[in-house]
Amino acid sequence: MDRIWVLAETGEQGPTPLTLELLAAARGLAPRVEAVAWGPGTASIAGVLGEHGASRVYDVGDLAGALPGAPVAAAMAALVERGERPDAVLFPASYDGRDVAGRLSVRLDRPVLTNVTGLSVRDGSLVTEHPVFGGAQIVHARFTGEGPGIYVVRAKSFAAASAGGAAAEVVAAPAGDVGPTGAARIVERHAEEASGPKLDEAAVVVSGGRGLGSADSYALVEELARLLHGAPGASRAIVDAGWVPYSHQVGQTGKTVKPTLYVGWGISGATQRLVGMKGAKSIVAINKDREAPIFSVADLGVVGDVHKVLPALIEALRSRS
Amino acid sequence: MHVVVCVKQIPDPAAPGSLRKDTLTLDRSGKLVMDDSDSYGVEMALQLASGVDGSEVTLVSMAPGSETSGLRTALAMGAADAILVSDDALAGSDALSTAKVLAAAIRRAEPDLVIAATESTDGYTGTLPVQVAELLGMPSVTFAKRVSTDGTTIKVERQTEAGYDDVECPLPAVVTVTAGVVEPRYPSFKGIMAAKSKRIDVLGLADLGIDAAEVGSRGAREEVLDVADAEARGGGEIVVDEGDGAQRIVAFLEQLKVI
Ligand SMILES: Cc1cc2nc3c(=O)[nH]c(=O)nc-3n(C[C@H](O)[C@H](O)[C@H](O)COP(=O)(O)OP(=O)(O)OC[C@H]3O[C@@H](n4cnc5c(N)ncnc54)[C@H](O)[C@@H]3O)c2cc1C
Ligand SMILES: Nc1ncnc2c1ncn2[C@@H]1O[C@H](COP(=O)(O)O)[C@@H](O)[C@H]1O
Repeated sequence: MDRIWVLAETGEQGPTPLTLELLAAARGLAPRVEAVAWGPGTASIAGVLGEHGASRVYDVGDLAGALPGAPVAAAMAALVERGERPDAVLFPASYDGRDVAGRLSVRLDRPVLTNVTGLSVRDGSLVTEHPVFGGAQIVHARFTGEGPGIYVVRAKSFAAASAGGAAAEVVAAPAGDVGPTGAARIVERHAEEASGPKLDEAAVVVSGGRGLGSADSYALVEELARLLHGAPGASRAIVDAGWVPYSHQVGQTGKTVKPTLYVGWGISGATQRLVGMKGAKSIVAINKDREAPIFSVADLGVVGDVHKVLPALIEALRSRS
Repeated sequence: MHVVVCVKQIPDPAAPGSLRKDTLTLDRSGKLVMDDSDSYGVEMALQLASGVDGSEVTLVSMAPGSETSGLRTALAMGAADAILVSDDALAGSDALSTAKVLAAAIRRAEPDLVIAATESTDGYTGTLPVQVAELLGMPSVTFAKRVSTDGTTIKVERQTEAGYDDVECPLPAVVTVTAGVVEPRYPSFKGIMAAKSKRIDVLGLADLGIDAAEVGSRGAREEVLDVADAEARGGGEIVVDEGDGAQRIVAFLEQLKVI
């Protein structure tokens, strides 16, 4: 393991937390780590990327509103064709990360390993960890063909840490013409406003599920989150039902949270749910069904009705402050 | 407008999943059903097709044993016909091989729009539809939560970290939809009866001109090394609320020093 690439995504405040987690992972596996980024501000994030271990950042440049999947994959494939040969490419398990990984897979004719939650080197090859059955079991896998291996890594699998490196060298890596594959254009962006700590960074996450019974009851979940200085989360069932925006979803298709405390109200704890919150330090679950799977991971489980316990808890906390 | 929907047929998710001891892959023997995730794609396709004159919906699936029961469910919802790729040599295919097979089948249908789910219930790699798009030379818009089309362009509200983006894209294109975007219809009795006589083309690898050595377990370029039990969380305390549930939680929070 000699050289690893990391797809670097930029958010409002520079590289996303997951990008920094991937850089930390890569640093632990190979001596040479390089990033690939796009957008108008790559030069301005070269400092942070370098600090977290990237010696170089390939800059695909401003995509003028195009979705990144096709152009960024094309730019990476062009680099490989020019003789830049990473042993592995790490992608964040994000919307755009998965798009670029899928397209690069076809361009390089290499399969992709997704839902990776751990990486280690065994006998010279990179071995992946994948949680199955809600994280009850871990599958170890690896690529057998020629490299580079393509890996899509889940959030919170590694801890980000500064390595104190110098700013990464910025090298232009334009995509060139990608024809019709690059024709999807963003015409407008919409942000759903949120107050309080961000769901995937909060120390306390209070989540609600279908057991709340109605959209109105979700206000109680938000209220409890506020009282505990945490963020409100949701199960997919109530996101699909339109009670809360998707940005609140915790789980396989939503956010991965690793708070100090997670409290779940009326959530069954399906496997796709558990992989998103099982890493919490302490878990409290309230469900009227004694057999609900969430109780198998709870430190404190309360078999009861959310409509009784939740208002009583809010009342108790209010009277303390 | 010709809309193709990818429909994966999977083991009943209600039955507990298990790994085969010999290959360490998911046990896919037994009867298959339509992946629930794809019912949203089928519904979306039917709705979009009904808005553009002269439209039709074709299903495409790759599944072992010439399995059609999941396809019949989607035909009963209103799709016109289906293409099924089934070949013994496909067992053990990785996602890229599956994408190559599906892309070859989809190309035959000459679609204007291809719809898939963002991720399947049993495999959830979530990369397959984009691989198909790249193989077909088409643009793709993943994570669509709202879609409209006039037959030449699609407009999509695409989920993002912060909210959503309005995305526009000329056809042909690949779109992936998330669960909950539309309410899948229940097949009517008439639909179920009509589905029985709808056409399902069953193709093998030779029909698609794909070399059997490049797909399936022979062509797979990844292997499972072992499966280990995850570190179990210590069994916690379960209490039944007898009016003291909230107090028990307060005590627990105090102990954690959260309050
Ligand atoms: C590919 C795929 C990806 C998925 N990704 C995610 C994901 O990211 N996140 C996610 O959450 N899910 C995900 N799911 C869905 C998941 O499988 C479950 O369907 C979902 O988590 C269920 O949500 P729920 O627990 O709110 O609802 P339910 O399963 O309906 O559970 C409701 C619970 O509330 C309890 N209850 C009811 N009334 C009360 C009451 N008055 N008081 C107390 N308890 C009560 C019930 O006993 C039950 O346990 C995914 C599924 C698939 C197939
Ligand atoms: N064998 C298959 N047959 C038809 N469609 C499939 C198949 N495999 C995957 N798909 C489609 O691609 C989506 C993503 O699959 P996956 O990559 O397994 O998460 C699925 O939800 C389906 O819409």
